[in-house]
Amino acid sequence: MSGNAALRFAPGDRVRIIDLGKPGHVRTPTYAREKVGIIDRYCGEFENPEERAYGRVGRERIPLYRVRLMQCDLWPDYQGGSADTLVLEIYHHWLRPA
Amino acid sequence: MSVDHRGHDHEHHRDQAQGHAHDPHPTREDDDVALSEGEAKFLALKSLLIEKGVLTADEIRRRQETNDRGTPHQGARMVAKAWVDPAFKARMLADGKAAAIELGIEVTEAELAVIENTPERHNLIVCTLCSCYPRSLLGEPPAWYVSKAYRSRAVREPRQVLREFGLSFPESVEVRVHDSNADLRYIVLPMRPVGTEELGEAELAALVSRDCLVGTALPGLLG
Repeated sequence: MSGNAALRFAPGDRVRIIDLGKPGHVRTPTYAREKVGIIDRYCGEFENPEERAYGRVGRERIPLYRVRLMQCDLWPDYQGGSADTLVLEIYHHWLRPA
Repeated sequence: MSVDHRGHDHEHHRDQAQGHAHDPHPTREDDDVALSEGEAKFLALKSLLIEKGVLTADEIRRRQETNDRGTPHQGARMVAKAWVDPAFKARMLADGKAAAIELGIEVTEAELAVIENTPERHNLIVCTLCSCYPRSLLGEPPAWYVSKAYRSRAVREPRQVLREFGLSFPESVEVRVHDSNADLRYIVLPMRPVGTEELGEAELAALVSRDCLVGTALPGLLG
């Protein structure tokens, strides 16, 4: 837990949501993979749902962030305001500095 | 006596005694005889959990009762309280779960985030991966919320979806979509409608429908 603190992203950091290509109960939607956004806020540490879903409970907690993306970066043909945004929750290991 | 007479023999006897005999009207068979696949799985899992001593039937029943206490009224009274009490509003925006508990609401979610609408930004909640929803504050989600159409379109074309709900915003207003895809659950804190300065908390709460808390409607004066 505190070991992750030094590695944590801060609000405003630019991040890329990577595609780990991991099967199973992952919480990173396909539409957001390989997209670049901004850390909106740090949400705390949670057990990894990729483990929990298979009965492996009580393991290490991992940082979770809300990541904000511009809609026009998500969808090239987005119909709407150029300031429109989307915020979603991404676990630390799906993020890289961008 | 045919099957169609089950359950109301005596009424027909009474009718006949009064000289109003008529053809028996047909009744419809109950359609809950066969279990769906999901129901059968649920019952099998439930009896295994009880048999192995993991849970008791009473614990399961109590949790169902807790779940059923969640109704949109819980979310509405949080919003009304925030409108009349700036200090509560600040606490609610900082920690939605603590604010709900403060109002005596039993919160089953790990964390509740409250997202405030402003003149510059309208917020819309969706769960693209399943049906995550703040059940303690809003009850069970409506069918449209869990539909694939809403879950895919709310992120892809939110303004079109909002127009179908009757809401249209100029492009100068940012539309922000919140995907409830992991551990947090969200409600929208709508703006207090103009002309409601005289209303008390209970009257204000009555203006806040479920959809206002998901972001597909705005509170308004009733009638």
